[in-house]
Amino acid sequence: MTAELSPDPWAALRSLTRARVALGRAGDALPTVRELEFRAAHAAARDAVHAPLDPALLRAALPGREVLEVRSAAPDRATYLQRPDLGRRLAEDTPLPRCGADLAVVLADGLSPRAVHEHGPGLATALLDRLPGWSVAPLVVAHQARVALGDAIGAALGVRAVVVLVGERPGLSAADSLGAYLTWDPRPGRVDAERNCVSNVRPPHGLTHDQAAGTLAALLTAARELGASGVALKDEGPALPPGAG
Amino acid sequence: MTSRRATLAGHTHEFPSLVELMAKASPPRSGDVLAGCAAESAAERVAAQTVLADLPLATFLEEQVVGYDEDDVTRLVLDTHDRAAFAPVASLTVGEFRDRLLAWTAAGDEASIGALAPGLTPEMVAAVSKLMRTTDLVAVARRTRVVTGLRSTLGLPGRLATRLQPNHPTDDPLGVTASVLDGLLHGCGDAVIGINPATDSPARTGELLELLDAVIRRYEIPTQSCVLAHVTTTLRALEAGAPVDLVFQSVAGTQEANRSFGVTLDLLAEARAGALALGRGTVGDDVMYFETGQGSALSAGAHLGVGGRPVDQQTLEARAYGVARHFGPLLVNTVVGFIGPEYLYDGKQVLRAGLEDHFCGKLLGLPMGVDVCYTNHAEVDGDDTDTLTLLLGAAGCSFVIAVPGADDVMLHYQSLSFTDVLSARQVLGLRPAPEFEAWLARMGLLGDDGGVRALPADAPAARALLAAAGP
Repeated sequence: MTAELSPDPWAALRSLTRARVALGRAGDALPTVRELEFRAAHAAARDAVHAPLDPALLRAALPGREVLEVRSAAPDRATYLQRPDLGRRLAEDTPLPRCGADLAVVLADGLSPRAVHEHGPGLATALLDRLPGWSVAPLVVAHQARVALGDAIGAALGVRAVVVLVGERPGLSAADSLGAYLTWDPRPGRVDAERNCVSNVRPPHGLTHDQAAGTLAALLTAARELGASGVALKDEGPALPPGAG
Repeated sequence: MTSRRATLAGHTHEFPSLVELMAKASPPRSGDVLAGCAAESAAERVAAQTVLADLPLATFLEEQVVGYDEDDVTRLVLDTHDRAAFAPVASLTVGEFRDRLLAWTAAGDEASIGALAPGLTPEMVAAVSKLMRTTDLVAVARRTRVVTGLRSTLGLPGRLATRLQPNHPTDDPLGVTASVLDGLLHGCGDAVIGINPATDSPARTGELLELLDAVIRRYEIPTQSCVLAHVTTTLRALEAGAPVDLVFQSVAGTQEANRSFGVTLDLLAEARAGALALGRGTVGDDVMYFETGQGSALSAGAHLGVGGRPVDQQTLEARAYGVARHFGPLLVNTVVGFIGPEYLYDGKQVLRAGLEDHFCGKLLGLPMGVDVCYTNHAEVDGDDTDTLTLLLGAAGCSFVIAVPGADDVMLHYQSLSFTDVLSARQVLGLRPAPEFEAWLARMGLLGDDGGVRALPADAPAARALLAAAGP
């Protein structure tokens, strides 16, 4: 591409990157239309962080499956955002039945409940469809939850593995990205290096539900053979990025 | 140490250690609550500030916040402390030190303030900052000049420089180039054109360095480039003969936090020597670039001080400057809103931290810049970054970071846009670095009023620059 030959060199520049280049100017500031575009993107991200998780919506999208609901020790969104330690612990006196199944799947709001609404049920269903030989605990919907809350949930349920489907931190261009974290033998105190992660589940721009489910099922099968997850499974799939927990 | 106490409204508050006194005197922020060291009431905070104000400044030479034997940052700071430079304030308390700084500031006595730097420790400047309000932090920093240079001169009065940050999610050369050109057309890039690479591979770092070097040479731009890879990656690029202007590294305020970054003081010294040997400077030979940020030690679990007590994040941040100043950097910036709401929750906390960091860095002799930024889960927006930018411009900040449209599409956070910089320069009457300003004039980009002209695409300068995005 030669910018000089293009009828609109600014459009040519914009075509080279997703970055917000060649926005034009109103004096030394942005033109109104560009300013409002930016605000709209930020508003979508903000709303994705702060809109509450809707368990009824998730139940409706998961017909025929038993669904439990839990909360972390963070009582509200403001506390959740400031106290990651509370988001990793269950609220006191959380009743969870010890079922001793092979696998538990947790739908956790994380930093984008919207991502869980849009991709959680689809990915959970696609994953369970790929694991016919596995016994599965009731699905768990978790409010104000960090990834590591899955350790406490998995330990209480007495399962061999937990998969946490969690809303990722919204960016300006993507507010609905879901991450999936697999931990073998979950119990409080597990560290990030003991998990495997599939991130950016966000069809059609990111991974599809089927792609992510396929990777997760392969990781689970390998983890069961190895009796461990995390960096030990490194060759099979990507380890957890730093800071994601 | 003996316990220190203050009585406020009939209630006596006691501070058993220097670590706790510093933490509880800190203005509120979420990271100190998370660490479990914040004041538990507004009264306790003021009581701590009252005790701190009466503490002799020299206490910090005798009593450590992080132990001398356990921590090489403490050893570096104390072993290189300049008692002669400290002499003018050696008999003062922290409160009297604040008063003295403000008196020198009002008198325009920049020489007295500037001469102190080698005599001050990070803990001293952190302590005095805790007694200062917003305007104090701005006013004193404005009179604290730190001038550095490589191919442009930074930190001069009446100037506000920029790091042009042309990040791209896959390091695509044309994508990076598009952002570089857009920034140059907005008069940005005088402090550095600096890319955060998407991957930390030596080969990719070398390619990006070549790309930036080619743009800088093609248009004869008086600035420097940097690929913000890990220092070990830059060392390998140096060995491979890459055109390295600046050695970058993130640093923190404890030995343990630096270890978690994979950094030692020896490694930094080795890389600095390598870049110096290339002799790429024209107006100076400052070749180091450091980034820091409150909360980095806590996030690495490396925030404990004497007695195993948590040290507050602002004191730890000032200690990172104690590392940086040892290497004579061209650029240092705090990345003030990047780390998230568990460390700085909202616009008020980010604003306070940005001004503290700038003040503390400057007082310690650093060419201090700020990445004025936020993530989408913090209670911060563009109004907050506008406020901080204008205050930093008033405070004589060396440089800020600018990305296309305020949206970093690789790191997924918001910093300043190119137009945010133009607006701040216009409002405050600030200009780019002098060599870069002269280049803007040569390119026809400088208006008669000193501002950067908005060029039509068929203007000669625009055509010349846009040609770089061709095949």
